[in-house]
Amino acid sequence: MIGLGHYLVVGAILFVIGVLGIFINRKNVIIILMSIELILLAVNINLVAFSSFAHDLVGQVFAMFVLTVAAGEAAIGLAILVVYFRNRGTITVDDINQMKG
Amino acid sequence: MIATLAFYLFAGLVILGAVATILSRNPVHSVLWLILAFFNAAGLFVLLGAEFLAMILVIVYVGAVAVLFLFVVMMLDVDFARLRAGFAKYLPLGVGLAVVLLTELLLVLGGGSFGVSAPAASHAPVVAGMTNTQALGSLIYTRYVFIFQAAGMVLLTAMVGAIVLTHRQRPGLRRQSMGAQTERTPATAVSTVHAPSGEGVTL
Repeated sequence: MIGLGHYLVVGAILFVIGVLGIFINRKNVIIILMSIELILLAVNINLVAFSSFAHDLVGQVFAMFVLTVAAGEAAIGLAILVVYFRNRGTITVDDINQMKG
Repeated sequence: MIATLAFYLFAGLVILGAVATILSRNPVHSVLWLILAFFNAAGLFVLLGAEFLAMILVIVYVGAVAVLFLFVVMMLDVDFARLRAGFAKYLPLGVGLAVVLLTELLLVLGGGSFGVSAPAASHAPVVAGMTNTQALGSLIYTRYVFIFQAAGMVLLTAMVGAIVLTHRQRPGLRRQSMGAQTERTPATAVSTVHAPSGEGVTL
């Protein structure tokens, strides 16, 4: 029988994969954004699993708001990426640490 | 039995998709693997009884966010080989950190129960005989209506921000000038020319 722990383990593994993706793709900001999406998906799996096993719908409502914020974040992040590429001709994020106008 | 099998299928494919997302060489393949991960996460949500969120996940993520990623990846002419230059350098540190983090999380999860077997503390109990979508709707349009509106504002802000960031005025472009158009009068726009027959006119 599949219990709450199974879903939490899936969420934990997904979260760690997301963090690992940020670490090993330090230069590719597109993959970093995808890793953030994976982390938020892990959070959502946790929220929905708790909601389902506690018979409480508030977790699903909250997961919906997390989804909203994740969609907005992806849109803004990709917009910033496009503008950055237009200005610099590259998306190497190593150079962004110098905040000179 | 079939639910157990489905859980392991969906969970395995989610994790496979996530691993392939962060490891694949081509970002287009990464996006496609991400879509696979999201589809199977939607399957997990269905197994948990959250059908509405599962459909939202497919529509919003696969239909909008993943396609947005695909557009950006294909639109930008990026030298992806250069971007993977530090891959091997960061791999040991990343894997080490990941192992530590995963061990910690699994230790926490193995610690015991989370007290979720006490439905007395439930804020919005699941009502029998109501579909998941119905129950969620009756919750977000009543008790969480202000937060729902705030979520709408977040999306509006994101939309305005994305448009403002990426919109650019091209200098050489001929645009419609509303003011000049509406300020034209017959006196400035039309003139009568008396053309003698057989000679034509010069304007």
